[in-house]
Amino acid sequence: MLLLHTKSDISMTQVPAYDVNTIRRDFPILQEQVYDKPLVYLDNAATTQKPKAVIDRINEIYSRKNSNIHRGVHYLSTRLTDEYEQARKEVQHFIHARHSHEIIFTNGTTHSINAIAWSFGEKYVHQNDEVIISEMEHHANIVPWQVLCERKNARLKILPFDDRGALLVDELGKMITSKTKLLAVNHISNSLGTINDVEKIIRIAHSHDVPVLVDGAQSIQHQKIDVQAMDCDFYVFSGHKVYGPNGTGVLYGKEKWLEEMPPYQTGGEMIQKVTFEGTSYNELPFKFEAGTPNYVGAIGTAEALKYLTRIGIDAIANHEDELMHYASDRLKALDGLNMYGTSDRKISVFSFLIDGIHHYDTGMVLDKMGIAVRTGHHCTEPLMSHFKIDGTVRASLAMYNTKDEIDQLHDALLKVKQMFG
Amino acid sequence: MTIEEKQKEIIDEFSLFEDWMDKYNYLIELSRDLPEMDPNKKTEENLIEGCQSKVWLDAHMDGNKLVFLADSDAIITKGIIALLIRVLSGHKPEEIKNADLFFIDQIGLKENLSPTRSNGLLAMVNKIKAYAMAYELKGND
Repeated sequence: MLLLHTKSDISMTQVPAYDVNTIRRDFPILQEQVYDKPLVYLDNAATTQKPKAVIDRINEIYSRKNSNIHRGVHYLSTRLTDEYEQARKEVQHFIHARHSHEIIFTNGTTHSINAIAWSFGEKYVHQNDEVIISEMEHHANIVPWQVLCERKNARLKILPFDDRGALLVDELGKMITSKTKLLAVNHISNSLGTINDVEKIIRIAHSHDVPVLVDGAQSIQHQKIDVQAMDCDFYVFSGHKVYGPNGTGVLYGKEKWLEEMPPYQTGGEMIQKVTFEGTSYNELPFKFEAGTPNYVGAIGTAEALKYLTRIGIDAIANHEDELMHYASDRLKALDGLNMYGTSDRKISVFSFLIDGIHHYDTGMVLDKMGIAVRTGHHCTEPLMSHFKIDGTVRASLAMYNTKDEIDQLHDALLKVKQMFG
Repeated sequence: MTIEEKQKEIIDEFSLFEDWMDKYNYLIELSRDLPEMDPNKKTEENLIEGCQSKVWLDAHMDGNKLVFLADSDAIITKGIIALLIRVLSGHKPEEIKNADLFFIDQIGLKENLSPTRSNGLLAMVNKIKAYAMAYELKGND
């Protein structure tokens, strides 16, 4: 089954009309001015803005519905517990998981990966075992595995990428050994925008009985996700990168793993029975949700997913693909601009440097022109080392960005060149 | 000129600028005028690593005055460094240690010195003051 739509795939299916100006009106912050200039927000890989539907939902909970969930005997608690569990189902349907109890709410991608690294690692990773990650991971998908490998005296192996920013997937078969216990890889690179062929990676890994964790922090908001078709063992993402509130995240795991893995945090809610002699754990998903969960965040995230479903994730992907081609052409035409991440399969994330101009200087000037980008290593220092640079300017686009904003970025970069040239 | 007078002079200069681009253009100009730092002084020890731009700082005594040399790989950062050096370099350690750097706020560059900005400038001010304290103690030996 094809998960990734190329432009021609999409044009063959019925995509509803996409009116970006109508969509922009759903996001109050996009009407803001910075330094007396209209905000051009191109830092979406860091976090996305929130539609009014999400803001209203959070407001509604705190204004009318707030109460601690689960075990409450009273009206508010029962009602909000239902809504929290409904949010879990919403996430389940959005990523097409088989069961709602395979959806664990966390406080973000980093939390989800750390939870798996601890819990999966505790059960399955032992001395001399191996964990494989890629060279283009975010620090959040590097450090937890380094710490695990240190703790267990295991070995971390790195799948490299080529100079265009595409993973050398064909190397994978040679890297996997009988000692390999897990492979963790990002679906889409936060620094380069590369769409990794996770289906192929998973097929290779599974042919050696190696489970795969897919870091979906940069894919959930850009394309249709079907965890069953992808056949990943774990898929993790953050609510705030998919137009939901921050401080929320999701850990999807196949039931067979989650059933066997030990809880990584303990406390209230995750127990079945506690005595001073011992404790038995609750069933899934509660075993992994110790303490009061961020129920407002989870419900807010589900509201964001509903919003995306209403607009149509394929229509969003189509719009962003159009922006990607438009921006690629415009930026490449700038003399002296070096693009990092030019893989054939990529999303509208642009990492670049202008000859002789520090990324920080570029970002500072763009900022004062009302254009929000990110500069630096984007929490991917090993990736930067590959290119022998210490950072880039990164413009990352989202569903509400326009060609006009890309033109503004282009013109602002001309100004930067003029100032520092 | 005292540290306070130099700061007032900079505030006057910046009051002429109407927008940020003028300020940045001026900082770029200042960065070009900053006395070049001996490449041999750009050591690991003299490196103040911010998150994004690198800043090197070296200090030595000239008579009873403390003199600073600095550089950065980012131009705007270097321009701000030039301002800091103009204000603080060539004064007695005690004066530097006690200096209240009010000009930074008044010319609108305060954000560049917030700890979250992580461009190494706050660390640089702290290091300048640490040098001043160290040389003051040395002088009192």
